[in-house]
Amino acid sequence: MYEVLEKLELAPKIKLIEIKAPEIAKKAKAGQFVILRMDEKGERIPLTLVEWNPEKGMITIIFQEVGVSTLKLGALEIGEVILDVAGPLGNPSDIENFGSVAVVCGGVGTAAAYPIAKALKEAGNKVISIVGARTEELLILEDEMKKISDEMFISTDDGSKGHKGFVSDVLKMLIEKGYHFDLAYAIGPPVMMRATANVTKSYSIKTIVSLNSIMVDGMGMCGACRVTVGGETKFACLDGPEFDAHIVNFDELIKRLRAYLSEEKQAIELYEKCGGCKCG
Amino acid sequence: MAKTEKQKRWHSISMPKQKPKDRIRNFNEVALGYTMEQAVAEAERCLQCPKPQCIQGCPVDLDIPAFIKEIKEKNFDAAIKKVKEKNSLPAICGRVCPQETQCQKFCIVGKKGDPLSIGRLERFIADYELQKGVTVPPRSNSPVSGKVAIVGSGPAGLTAAADLAKLGHEVVIFEALHTPGGVLMYGIPEFRLPKKTVQAEVDYVKKLGVDVKTDHMIGRLYTIDELFEREFDAVFIGTGAGLPRFMRIPGENLGGIYSANEFLIRVNLMKAYMFPEYDTPIRVGKKVAVIGGGNVAMDSARSALRLGAEEVWIVYRRSREELPARLEEVENAEEEGIKFKFLTTPVKFLGDETGWVTGMECIAMQLGEPDESGRRRPIPIEGSEFVMDVDTVIIAIGQTPNPIIQRTTKGLKTTKWGTIVVNDKTGKTTRKRVYAGGDVVSGAATVISAMGAGKKAARSIHRYLLRKKRLQQRKKS
Repeated sequence: MYEVLEKLELAPKIKLIEIKAPEIAKKAKAGQFVILRMDEKGERIPLTLVEWNPEKGMITIIFQEVGVSTLKLGALEIGEVILDVAGPLGNPSDIENFGSVAVVCGGVGTAAAYPIAKALKEAGNKVISIVGARTEELLILEDEMKKISDEMFISTDDGSKGHKGFVSDVLKMLIEKGYHFDLAYAIGPPVMMRATANVTKSYSIKTIVSLNSIMVDGMGMCGACRVTVGGETKFACLDGPEFDAHIVNFDELIKRLRAYLSEEKQAIELYEKCGGCKCG
Repeated sequence: MAKTEKQKRWHSISMPKQKPKDRIRNFNEVALGYTMEQAVAEAERCLQCPKPQCIQGCPVDLDIPAFIKEIKEKNFDAAIKKVKEKNSLPAICGRVCPQETQCQKFCIVGKKGDPLSIGRLERFIADYELQKGVTVPPRSNSPVSGKVAIVGSGPAGLTAAADLAKLGHEVVIFEALHTPGGVLMYGIPEFRLPKKTVQAEVDYVKKLGVDVKTDHMIGRLYTIDELFEREFDAVFIGTGAGLPRFMRIPGENLGGIYSANEFLIRVNLMKAYMFPEYDTPIRVGKKVAVIGGGNVAMDSARSALRLGAEEVWIVYRRSREELPARLEEVENAEEEGIKFKFLTTPVKFLGDETGWVTGMECIAMQLGEPDESGRRRPIPIEGSEFVMDVDTVIIAIGQTPNPIIQRTTKGLKTTKWGTIVVNDKTGKTTRKRVYAGGDVVSGAATVISAMGAGKKAARSIHRYLLRKKRLQQRKKS
């Protein structure tokens, strides 16, 4: 049992919770994730670790309420418990001093990008971050990202804050203006990661993406998270979650992520119909 | 016509089963187990050979004639006690052991008629005790108590843990998933091995004093070296063969194509057959193809049928004779209406614009000369390609060990298949104080061979701890 110690709403449907998990807090590294299971009937869902505090024995996750599991997670109050939290899982990010790094992130992906950007900054890199969202009120971790970035740019699809358009457009603009990047990270919705990869590819900037494939165990057993990278099948949980953006088959990833949309909808309807009890 | 006493001797008592037309609509156990009368009658068939042959077929050296004698004499408590001297998981073994190729293969009665139904009797006596309430043997007051970490709570780990605990050691099992049991929980379906039975036997191991820590993935949370830093004296790796193999052919990552592991994990571990009451979904179409011919393929096919598939095909590249699955499971599958396509293998999966599988291009095979495995090698027949329309595919062509521990442990020698190299007699790996056994050493095999390996390693670990203690005492004196 893992107790919820803190809970915040960062934006509509985007929540942050701190969980007591001392063993994981001691071992976590940037780029890793945990698998959560809410209760006996719950599914196993992967969520990226955003922060961890070994002294306090606490980890932080941020999630968007999109399915029954994240709705249940969002409904938890401080003091309530999550049945299972397994981790840290996945390979940590490869952090060294690369020089100048662009951290391009969008939506709730910003939560996954933040610890990596922070580690890159601590390793001596110049961090230029580009943070995006559909609209201003969905922007998260703005202050946190600003603190660890040498420069930060914001973009919103509707132009309510920062540049109007996509994060990939901002990156292209910066490169054209003469910004030099030794490495880029792109973390967010697959469409955004694909667009960013396309930009950096044309400028030959090495780019890493962190993939959010569907997972069941998250430990290499099911292969649900398989993704084609450079023509080979890889498991996001075991070989990733980070891969070379220029050789990831994003079209396949996007299709695989849609596999259970109708079941998710059915489950949410049932969940909402009876206030979360799912008695049917 | 009533059978004479003599005739009876040669025919085993059949075990009641759910009827095929009923059982394909539920996930309840297919085989229902002997009644007390049936068990005693079957036990009476045992010759009580002075030199019993059956024992040599048992990887855990169960004293088979002795426990059968107790059943025959209706000393049921004595019978289960006898079984548990060697086997801590009898309700599991009685259900899933391939007795026909082990103990029962050597049974003398079997030379003339049906061999004794040793597995059914083991199951009967184990269920008898589970129903009545389990007796836990007193803990040994061994003066050589050491601290042992067991990685993985499948059959190998549970057996090693139980044996070491009985010898008086402090044992901690680290399980990566949220539930202990390994393949017994995530792999083998409810209708063949009820999860409450597995839980009951895991509970027995816990009652022996074993501490089970779930959600602990060794290799990620702690490395093997870090376990030694945490003051464990020895480590046993029983992490199984959990990494699914794929065909590596075009279209394999289309939607609707599952590894058998994913399919069975969703169904068994996550109870997707009760979606949406349970949160994990599974999608099974009308026409399902299962690639492979082992027990996992049978389990997948029969699960797909129970999830509402209209037609389920087992597609196997060799012929019926080479099927690696237990005969009993093949018969169960056939009774339920599973269809078989032999000498066939897919070469390409076809999909629609949404990325969902719609068919598979197959090629017919013929059998050539025997290969290293001794089975005749399948050879594709050129120009025989044809398309099978399917909307769900389950790939059940085998598993290899999960590589995480191997990747994170220096000096641990592995084979090109990713299995850990051990000394055959002791289960010792190339790393000091690290032992391994089960599928992680042998590659995917049976529950009972993993248990045998767990037992062997437990004995070696105990000997090592004894030696260590003696050395320490010598130093002191």
